[in-house]
Amino acid sequence: MAEQNVIGKAQNGGLAMDREIADDVLLSVQNLRVWFELRRFGFGHAGYVRAVDGVDFDLHYGKTIAIVGESGCGKSSLMKTILGLNTPTKGDIYFGGDQLTAQRGENLRIYRSKIGFVQQDPYGALAPFMSIQRILEEPLIVNGIKSKEERVRRINKVMGEVKMSPPEDFLQKFPHMLSGGQQQRIVIARAMLLEPKLIVADEPVSMLDASVRVEILKLLRGLQEEHNLAFIYITHDLSTVRYFSERVFVMYAGQAVEKSRIEDLIRNPNHPYTLALLAATSDPDADNATRFRDVPPGEPPSLVKPPKGCRFHPRCAQMIAGLCNEQEPPHFETEPDHLVACWLYK
Amino acid sequence: MTDKILLSVEDLVLHFRTSKGDVRAVDGVNFRLGRDEAVVVLGESGCGKTSLAKAILRLLPKNVSTYSGRVYLNGEDVMQLSDEQYRRQVRWLRMSMVPQAAMNSLNPVMKVGDQVAEPCIIHNGLNKEQALAQASKMFQHVGVPLDFLHRYAFELSGGMRQRVAIAMSLVTSPDLIVLDEPTSALDVLTQANIFNVLKGIKSELGISFILITHDIATSSELANSVAVMYAGQIVETSDAHRFFHEPLHPYSQKLMASVPRLRGHQEPDFITGQPPSLLFPPTGCRFAERCTKRFDRCSQEPPITEQDGRLVKCWLYS
Amino acid sequence: MSGLRRAFKDVMQFPTAVVGLLIIFTLVLLSIYTIVTIPYSEAIRLWRGGEEVWGDNPRAVPPAWTNLFRQQKLPESVVLTDESELVGKQMTAMSDGMTDVLLEYTFDYNYDAFPRDLIVFYTAKYESLAPYVAMFWVTPDGREIRLGDFTSRPSQTYRFDQDDRLMRRLRGIQPQVALFDDPEVDGEQPLRGTYTLRVEALLFEADADLDAKFVLYGQVHGLAGTDHRRRDLSVALLWGIPLALSFGLLGALGTSILSMFIAAIGVWFGGVLDELIQRITEVNMLLPTLPILIMVGTFQSRSIWAMLGWIIALSIFGGAVKGYRAIFLQVKEAPYIEAAKAYGAGNARIITLYLIPRIIPVLIPNLVNGIPGFVFLEAALAVLGLGDPVLPTWGKLINDAHSQGALYNGQYYWILQPTVLLMLTGLAFAMVGFALDRVFNPRLREV
Repeated sequence: MAEQNVIGKAQNGGLAMDREIADDVLLSVQNLRVWFELRRFGFGHAGYVRAVDGVDFDLHYGKTIAIVGESGCGKSSLMKTILGLNTPTKGDIYFGGDQLTAQRGENLRIYRSKIGFVQQDPYGALAPFMSIQRILEEPLIVNGIKSKEERVRRINKVMGEVKMSPPEDFLQKFPHMLSGGQQQRIVIARAMLLEPKLIVADEPVSMLDASVRVEILKLLRGLQEEHNLAFIYITHDLSTVRYFSERVFVMYAGQAVEKSRIEDLIRNPNHPYTLALLAATSDPDADNATRFRDVPPGEPPSLVKPPKGCRFHPRCAQMIAGLCNEQEPPHFETEPDHLVACWLYK
Repeated sequence: MTDKILLSVEDLVLHFRTSKGDVRAVDGVNFRLGRDEAVVVLGESGCGKTSLAKAILRLLPKNVSTYSGRVYLNGEDVMQLSDEQYRRQVRWLRMSMVPQAAMNSLNPVMKVGDQVAEPCIIHNGLNKEQALAQASKMFQHVGVPLDFLHRYAFELSGGMRQRVAIAMSLVTSPDLIVLDEPTSALDVLTQANIFNVLKGIKSELGISFILITHDIATSSELANSVAVMYAGQIVETSDAHRFFHEPLHPYSQKLMASVPRLRGHQEPDFITGQPPSLLFPPTGCRFAERCTKRFDRCSQEPPITEQDGRLVKCWLYS
Repeated sequence: MSGLRRAFKDVMQFPTAVVGLLIIFTLVLLSIYTIVTIPYSEAIRLWRGGEEVWGDNPRAVPPAWTNLFRQQKLPESVVLTDESELVGKQMTAMSDGMTDVLLEYTFDYNYDAFPRDLIVFYTAKYESLAPYVAMFWVTPDGREIRLGDFTSRPSQTYRFDQDDRLMRRLRGIQPQVALFDDPEVDGEQPLRGTYTLRVEALLFEADADLDAKFVLYGQVHGLAGTDHRRRDLSVALLWGIPLALSFGLLGALGTSILSMFIAAIGVWFGGVLDELIQRITEVNMLLPTLPILIMVGTFQSRSIWAMLGWIIALSIFGGAVKGYRAIFLQVKEAPYIEAAKAYGAGNARIITLYLIPRIIPVLIPNLVNGIPGFVFLEAALAVLGLGDPVLPTWGKLINDAHSQGALYNGQYYWILQPTVLLMLTGLAFAMVGFALDRVFNPRLREV
């Protein structure tokens, strides 16, 4: 991997854990920090990009969690770390009993292959010079499925699951011959090939047309229910989250600022940032044209030198001077299973 | 009456020649836009909406096979002008455009202030100082701090760059701006900001907008009226209020039904199948194949009927 | 594969490319023909065999087909041995153990110029008593001229223009001219018709024998003429084709593929390795290739394959690496690469199966466009005296012609033939390369 990262090995060198992991927890992200080193002129040290700066959650088998945040909030880095593509700087991830930071070489490769990955750009996610059949065979070949019949069987099975039947109609085609929706189905099929227990979907429908988005989201939901898959759904569009997940957490500047069930979030948003996101999300209503929307001023902070204390305080209308700009707020529970990192709820 | 209509597009046709045949991107489009009004052209990928923008602004590629129709701007048919006349008199003076992904198309080696000033120098004949002064004014309108005039594109965030692109389209004080997917690549908060900017421009400067997008929810932020495009044709035209409350055309209805709503309670719908290819559009109603309400008359091309001030192209209403 | 077929069809749209492909196809056919009819060992023999191989050819003469463009036809060589049908040999036994041998060489001469040389090569077989030979010349108009007579040694060469008595008999005029001159016409002009050389020999032993080869050295020869050592140039021209093609192809292929791998590995692993490769490339691009090759040629070996090896080694860390690197840097960020890492693909697999196929559309035009460069390089090296000492290549021909002052001597064919072939080869590949550029880079199609 060519990322300039990993400034220190995880502090839990493979033995003690921060938190006990229950039996029905598939994925446990514990105090995760992922910092990338900035190099000046290729050699000198110039600080760290704190892409993920203290994220902590558990995901149970068969459950869905949505991670909502805007670009630059660290959700991509978080996702890549969960997938095993980045190395945690501090904290750790436990997936199905395996500790991420303890995996090396072949073990790391196997770890990665157990998590399905659905990407944002359906066309970019498929090698343009390979036929669909070839694209789907690759993960199987790489993971040692030597028998051709077995591969064909699995491919036909996943093609059926994503409702691309009959498979023969599509297997010899190339990605550019398929529509965006069909391409994304292939990406999903590929993610299902190795029978994963967890699928991470990064903005899976944001590059698709409106009329197709719901179709794909429903497909994902159907797959999730049928196979009891755990899902991590990453998006910046809150309006789709309702149809897809039970729990959600909102990320800002590398941290989770609010975690709750989705209905609770919509009914009772706590964090000022969540409120801003909800206020900025439009529903089709002609009256929208007549009023201005309240948007917090400024931009998301630099991840190299985040603001002191609560990272949202420079943009927050309800900032408490002396508190919000001095100390990082811990998580407060405002109702059962609803946590918010904001001093307003002390 | 003509006083209030800024732009009137009649029977606009734009076909491209390709090795596989003629792509009928814009196949007989009609709509009107009044002063201080914003019309949203709603459509999905492949319906020809970007080609419509290019047809109105005459930004044509080399392989055009048919380009006809009438485009009345303030009563004058600008289609009659030669290319050179069009370039001097219309483009960027009276009509300008913020193309798709404009924020990624800024010149990387020019300061953004200079880029915004450039249209003034070219089209209005201002000198550099005057043009920069005009550019600063535009920066204020779009909400970009003035010290950004001397920065380069890579130093700006996505939202800032999009504002710069909007400023560029504004700087020559046109009557009309065409925006092609202005916020599709932006975050939710930035999107809201951009729409605030557009609303501000509309009320302060009295500019009309044609907003081209597939995002129904955000389109309602600006729309006074809505035109729905499908397979190169406009299938419904309506004022915004009645459209968002109760669309007429089956396609529009399905589109509205497919929007996931944050605050509503219905389960969103989707449309099976795919839009027809613009190479060989089907005869008859082009949506019939995917329409749940089709009946045998739909094998013929439906006329455009008026329903109470709204226009719809569907046999259900004739 | 279907991509290749599609590309091929696209290329055929360009008329220049069609011409180029036809030329290449012809060259390849000629190569195969050459290698089959004149195998390598034979070619070396013909090129380096020595006087016995090319002794019968005239020295430095143009090709025979140039006569088509001449008003005055120049003579072609005539070589007659007693195996030839035009030669009659009669052996008559006489009394007292002597045998009379009568050799008659008959040939037609219908040219407007005189031969270069006339030589008869005798081989005599005897124990102790050498045969006695007398030669007579019969012109078409019936004149008989007595040539020479002598006692033959086992191997005897009779050069007409070195026989003083003949010269005196011909009143000082060169035999090549005098024996053919038309007496009726003023000035020198050969008489057309059938000539006979009659050799009468007397053998004094029972088992003795005499054979002779009559060579009339013409002023034109063969398909391509001859060089200063009488070698038939067509050998070198024909053999030059497969040598040029293989040198060009191997050079271009080796360089392109290795450069591609170097760029891919550097980009994929990044960090120090990438930096190292970039620095090596930058330094290497500054190194002067030609002086290094001169040193290699002088101190190590001038073999064409050694040279090729060195050229490739010096070229792979070149500008192409920078270009490929730029493309790979972009491709590396593609989502499908990330997906491959996520499903556990290893580095080697990603580089060879996912990264490299993206560069093929750029590689192929580069490769084809690079072939002429290598072909010319080989020729240039030969002209500089660094050519392969053994192999007959076009560059060697140009080198020979140059050092023998061919242009000063009016022997234009010697330089023009290899040059035109070089040009055609280069042009053919360049035209195909341009078309490939346009096919793989659709944006260039409007150019």
